[in-house]
Amino acid sequence: MIPAAFEYARASSVEEAVKLLKNYGEDAKVLAGGHSLIPLMRLRLAQPSALVDINGIKGLDQIKESGGKLHIGALARHVSIHNSQVVKDKLPLLAEVAAEVGDNQIRNMGTIGGVVAHADAAGDYPTIALMLDADIVTNKRTIAAKDFFKDIFTTPLAADEIVTEIVFPVANGPHKYIKFRRRLFDWAIVGAAAQKMDGGWRIGLTNVGPTPVRAKAVEEALHKGAKPEEAAQHASDGLNPSGDLRASPEYKKHLARVLTKRAIEQAG
Amino acid sequence: MKHKVATTVNGQRREHEVEPRLLLVHYLRDVVGLTGTHIGCDTSQCGACTVTVDGKAVKSCTMFAVQAEGKSITTIEGMAAKDGTLHPLQQAFWDEHGLQCGFCTPGFIMAASYLLSQNPNPTEDEIRQGLEGNLCRCTGYVNIVKSVQSAAKAMNGSKANAGEHSAAARRS
Ligand SMILES: Cc1cc2nc3c(=O)[nH]c(=O)nc-3n(C[C@H](O)[C@H](O)[C@H](O)COP(=O)(O)OP(=O)(O)OC[C@H]3O[C@@H](n4cnc5c(N)ncnc54)[C@H](O)[C@@H]3O)c2cc1C
Ligand code: FES
Ligand code: FES
Repeated sequence: MIPAAFEYARASSVEEAVKLLKNYGEDAKVLAGGHSLIPLMRLRLAQPSALVDINGIKGLDQIKESGGKLHIGALARHVSIHNSQVVKDKLPLLAEVAAEVGDNQIRNMGTIGGVVAHADAAGDYPTIALMLDADIVTNKRTIAAKDFFKDIFTTPLAADEIVTEIVFPVANGPHKYIKFRRRLFDWAIVGAAAQKMDGGWRIGLTNVGPTPVRAKAVEEALHKGAKPEEAAQHASDGLNPSGDLRASPEYKKHLARVLTKRAIEQAG
Repeated sequence: MKHKVATTVNGQRREHEVEPRLLLVHYLRDVVGLTGTHIGCDTSQCGACTVTVDGKAVKSCTMFAVQAEGKSITTIEGMAAKDGTLHPLQQAFWDEHGLQCGFCTPGFIMAASYLLSQNPNPTEDEIRQGLEGNLCRCTGYVNIVKSVQSAAKAMNGSKANAGEHSAAARRS
């Protein structure tokens, strides 16, 4: 289908993009990889009045380690995150997650900034950002991941605010992300991530609620010495997932427990 | 407001004035007149519209034509040689019966050409993974995998240093 008409402008710097967004007003949107936005526009579920294309902003896709943190530029594509040696060395979990997002064509276009700003409940990076206490940096401020994912498709970003980078801690200990889905390129029905960090475990869950979930009860049980199997029983504590075409709420809770157990056991 | 887009499509310079909402796939089919690139879905899932943009496989239904400014696009029409000799991938899909109705084939060939550019000697698993973004309702994929294997062989055989480049060029 054909999207509704809109104005279009390319920005060559973050400042210019912000200015364009301000001028176009509230209904304008940023265009990054377009792989969430364009499908919505084709179905006319989104009808922005204008798009500000940030793909030409130089350096916004930079991936680097600095000050003991891993900085991923908002425009870094899934394929670059997967192939980046720095990410493989400093946060291999993220490189592995990037390889599980969509398919080759989607990974060539989609960006981490787009996934984070879009805040789909089934997005994969938000889970990792939340469980590892990453920071989302914008042209205005730094927002902790735990304050960022407010609700489904809902973040504190203002209409003229642009995500510039996501800052992760360095963690290269045992880790695993397991994404349960029926076809390779599908979104997660449920996903579970485990990362050993600072002597403890961080456990995160994808698509078991409107936002990503950090499974603190599992982390605490592991800290107290519970076996993965026992600890993982707590993965569904407090969850209230909505059912969808692919899974009922009960099944999602079951998956949360089973996948959490496997993620801890298979973390390597 | 219309915008000027200048692209190179299959080696030929093109310049047009287009509306921003024009999808790349509609630009290729309706403006440039190359209808080999197909549209099979409304959800960015089927891959029938796959082309390469600056060498990277993309779904042309999920990109606006204005985003292709200054870029070089290859579609299925750009795969065969000027004298009509089929590209090894096209020949292999023919020889190995990698298609039935053929609707998905242009997308599969473009996705496979990207896959082989990244990994000239893929295993069956790597082929299946590499083509995960393309759906075929007819073949059951077995002959598509065979076609890509056979094309990889033909393409490697035609290179002088066959055998040496595969390990080095493989994606890590
Ligand atoms: C078939 C299919 C399967 C997919 N499967 C998965 C999956 O399994 N897991 C997954 O995580 N994703 C999946 N995706 C989504 C894909 O990863 C998208 O690329 C991603 O969600 C959005 O990133 P984008 O760069 O394409 O953003 P866009 O589509 O360009 O933008 C998305 C939204 O974020 C805003 N935005 C983008 N960048 C910024 C920025 N820097 N600052 C402020 N706002 C910004 C836009 O205005 C828009 O509202 C899938 C997509 C498709 C089509
Ligand atoms: S037409 Fe189906 S993915 Fe583009
Ligand atoms: S051959 Fe008919 S869809 Fe693939």
